[in-house]
Amino acid sequence: MVEFNLPLNSRVGQGQTFKAPAGAKRIRDFKVYRWSPDDGKNPRMDTYQIDLDSCGPMVLDALIKIKNEIDPTLTFRRSCREGICGSCAMNIDGSNTLACLKPIEDVKGAVQINPLPHMPVVKDLVPDLSQAYAQYRSVQPWIQTDTPAPPDRERLQSKEERAKLDGMWECILCFCCSTSCPSYWWNGDRYLGPAVLLAAYRWIADSRDEATGARLDELEDPFKLYRCHTIMNCTNTCPKGLNPAKAIGAIKQLIVERQG
Amino acid sequence: MAGTNNTPHVDVLRSPLGRARGLGSARAGSGHWWAQRLTALALVPLTLWFIYAVIHLSGASHQTVIDWLSAPLTLGLMLALIVATFYHLQLGLQVVVEDYVHNELLKVASVLLIKALSVLLALVCIVSVLKIGL
Repeated sequence: MVEFNLPLNSRVGQGQTFKAPAGAKRIRDFKVYRWSPDDGKNPRMDTYQIDLDSCGPMVLDALIKIKNEIDPTLTFRRSCREGICGSCAMNIDGSNTLACLKPIEDVKGAVQINPLPHMPVVKDLVPDLSQAYAQYRSVQPWIQTDTPAPPDRERLQSKEERAKLDGMWECILCFCCSTSCPSYWWNGDRYLGPAVLLAAYRWIADSRDEATGARLDELEDPFKLYRCHTIMNCTNTCPKGLNPAKAIGAIKQLIVERQG
Repeated sequence: MAGTNNTPHVDVLRSPLGRARGLGSARAGSGHWWAQRLTALALVPLTLWFIYAVIHLSGASHQTVIDWLSAPLTLGLMLALIVATFYHLQLGLQVVVEDYVHNELLKVASVLLIKALSVLLALVCIVSVLKIGL
């Protein structure tokens, strides 16, 4: 059965509190999930008091400030700090988003920061996404054709054909959606999850691709595709404002369509 | 992955891609999904009709109810309601079991039990309605 309680060694305890420097006026608490594979201890929530007057506006700014000035052991992924690389995906204030796109002002009270839910944790806020990446690889997210490309130009698309890819090419594979999906939590070993299904549909909808049928064949599976129960967490949480649930609906519709 | 003493225990060395591909696609599931939608859709008017009829018949005499159910249209709708209800019930419960039960043996046993009970209950209802209506 599904386990509703965390295993004993995963229960989260109270951690340290790092006080704000004297004289700080706009203090905000950041409660951050900490776990290291090296010390044999349970995870804990450390509290960092940050003076917002000396900190950038986004949650990522606060995390970088903590790492630079308060606690260099804090571990998290970040790169572009403008919502295009997808590295700093984490659970902030109860929902998955990109730390670089989440204004601190949007959070009321203490800012709770956890790693993406229900993924193995490598350290602190760094989840192990190997399985999700492998699932992405398994839907063959590249163009497949039998017709050779024209020798003198690229493969053309009409404006209408190209427009079908809008809302999908923008996905940056941060996996906020997949890790917000209860179905992915319970059956992530077999269910592909919203991020990967959106990527799969991106190629199904591509007018240049010639493997549409084979792609649908590969997806038609009670677990790979049909574990989606239209819970809509994916669409609600997507930091890029995309709609994976709609893409999944479109895949289901196409599979029915080709039967009659 | 980790044991209770926090020492990592690796029991699967299969590559992530191998695990992601798993046993491959079953090439099935669309029938189940579509049937669930269709029965849901059918149940909207059928259930409303049934509720309306029951309210309408409240306080009616025994003979009136039997006459009502004996009409071919009523009997047909009743049978459709029963079939759609139990088919939908079976489909829905199967999804719940597949979602939450991860022990393969328990899962198969539960799904079979759900199917058997749904068929049995549907048959009991059909026989009961036919006994009154025919």
